[in-house]
Amino acid sequence: MASFVETGPQAPVTEAIRVDKVSPRSRLTRTVRALIVIIVTFIGLIPVFVMGITAFKSRADVVAVPPKLVFKPTLEGFVYLLTERAVLTQDRLAEAQAHIDELNWMQRIALENGQEITGPSDYVFRLKNSAIIAGVSTIVSVGLGLLAAYAFSRFDVPGKGDLLFFILSTRMLPAVVVTIPLFLMYRQLKLHDTHLGMILLYTVFNLSLSVWLLKGFIDEIPREYEEAALVDGYTRLQAFFKIVLPQALTGVAATTVFSLIFAWNEYAFALMLTSERARTAPPSIATMLGRGGIEWSAIAAGSLGFLIPVVIVTFALRRYLLRGVTFGAIRQ
Amino acid sequence: MATIELRQVEKRFGDLQAVKPMDLTIHDGEFVVLLGPSGCGKTTTLRMISGLETVTGGTILLDGRNVTWLHPSERDIAFVFQFFALYPHMTVRQNIAFPLQAQGESHEAIEKRVDEVVELLEIGHLLDMRPGKLSGGDQQRVALARALVRRPAAFLMDEPLGALDADFRETMRAEIKRLHIVQNATTVYVTHDQVEAMAMADRIVVMSEAEIQQVGTPAEVYHKPANLFVARFIGSPGMNLVRGHYADGVVHMPGADNHYSVPPDWRRVLDETFGGEGEVIVGFRPEAAIVSDEGTLAGQVYASDLHGAYTMLHVNMNEHDIIHIRSDRLVLHPIGTPVRFDINPEMVRFFDPRTEKAISREVGQ
Repeated sequence: MASFVETGPQAPVTEAIRVDKVSPRSRLTRTVRALIVIIVTFIGLIPVFVMGITAFKSRADVVAVPPKLVFKPTLEGFVYLLTERAVLTQDRLAEAQAHIDELNWMQRIALENGQEITGPSDYVFRLKNSAIIAGVSTIVSVGLGLLAAYAFSRFDVPGKGDLLFFILSTRMLPAVVVTIPLFLMYRQLKLHDTHLGMILLYTVFNLSLSVWLLKGFIDEIPREYEEAALVDGYTRLQAFFKIVLPQALTGVAATTVFSLIFAWNEYAFALMLTSERARTAPPSIATMLGRGGIEWSAIAAGSLGFLIPVVIVTFALRRYLLRGVTFGAIRQ
Repeated sequence: MATIELRQVEKRFGDLQAVKPMDLTIHDGEFVVLLGPSGCGKTTTLRMISGLETVTGGTILLDGRNVTWLHPSERDIAFVFQFFALYPHMTVRQNIAFPLQAQGESHEAIEKRVDEVVELLEIGHLLDMRPGKLSGGDQQRVALARALVRRPAAFLMDEPLGALDADFRETMRAEIKRLHIVQNATTVYVTHDQVEAMAMADRIVVMSEAEIQQVGTPAEVYHKPANLFVARFIGSPGMNLVRGHYADGVVHMPGADNHYSVPPDWRRVLDETFGGEGEVIVGFRPEAAIVSDEGTLAGQVYASDLHGAYTMLHVNMNEHDIIHIRSDRLVLHPIGTPVRFDINPEMVRFFDPRTEKAISREVGQ
């Protein structure tokens, strides 16, 4: 390879070859770098991997010492997670076994442990709460954030700097510090344990992120585009929807993912401000620890299922994210 | 098409006066260039006409209609931006059709009009491409097409050639001029390039320091600059301006025996202006100086550049005054040699150093 550098190309060069990509030293650095990335990724993924295999272990395999890497996979954990069950008496057990052909796969798994399914568990209900609260609050905060960011980016809003700082400051206190005042306030306002209360809370919490993030993106879109639309006969609002919004999609996607991840994963507020009707999934996974022995496989199944929506959304928007995280977010 | 009239239009940003109150009438079908160095207020003026910038005072009339406070979309004007501002998420066709869609025209009508404009600008092969894939010149053509498509009352162009390569500018300059002639549309064109202004304008509005310095045809602005700023700014190099002392029909210029006899028709005017004698600035274009051995003025060759068709001599009249003379390319003037010249009496101008304004021969001014 050194000869290439000294003598120049021996044949027509059809694509650009940068010397730094050819030199042996930089190739070594690249290998080392790749190796480090692989190791870090591997370490980072161990908990996810353990969670993944635990979700498919039977009750006996979960507690085996040393941990089993090879085991017979079962969906027991998921059944425990999603259903309420009752223990069957001897004669009812025999009766159930006689009609085993009429049972679905969940009921069969329960039956193997001498139980019958009496209904869906709270977890199903709470997962639904999570989806509603996270979904609505994300849409509202990104929508409001987009309009606010546009205004801050384009107009001479009086006290712009102070307002922007005020918006940012809502994010400065850790959740634990504000939960107690919020708890008292929510009780007074009858927002405690309601969907509306949680949606409002997460929206406000995400708004600072979405305003700042989206402002960065909109700042990068030259004003001339809208001005062109204005003289071409469109109103300011039309220009915003037809010209600015399509170009800000990268930023909107990135902001959506960040907001969704926060609202979906949030634990402290949910634990304090909800109890029954509006309880979300994260605190309810934790409470499973306490009931009649630790159902490790159910907890693992719950956590795994909980990860999936975030993974899907992130994956669906990945095209925008790489650009999104490096662009915009850094400016100002 | 339309007449644009500015009456005492001004713009202030806080304490900063971006455009001092100005009056300007742009006639129907005229190609007017706003020319000036950066920061002189020419772009702000253009943006006020378009409505993208509000005025601080004054009135803007479009065909007699007061549009001062109308939204840009209600003024029926088209704006061509320096960086084209083609919508990157739309194809060329969608870009061109966009202004027509705002008017809610039928699909067929839009299609037909787009095709007409596309044919005029010869960009048919680009229709399905995204603007990002186009060369600068093609982007410019698309931007022009988008401006033309609506048949607006007036075109406003903000340095539309500024983002193009130098050799391509000439082509596009001719193309814009051709479009203007074909369409006969009122056009206001902003540039800081005086060559561009000279080549394209019906009338040039020279601006500096937030106000109009002179309004006139390219020939007027070039040959009869209204003040020292215009004399220096127009032409490359600008007008030679030599300070001297006027007395009895003779200007004593710097240098040992540089006594310039004022042409007879100027003598009375100068006598009147200065009341017999006073400081004066003599102005003449490089091509107004004629090199000859019998010339009454003298200097030393400081440098000489061959420009192909002619040679530009830099002549030192004394320590500080270097003037430019356009001379025959075949006659060599080595550096350091003395050179003698005369000034074409038709092309000499005089300026009053106290007011920096041109002294006019016409009676009553």
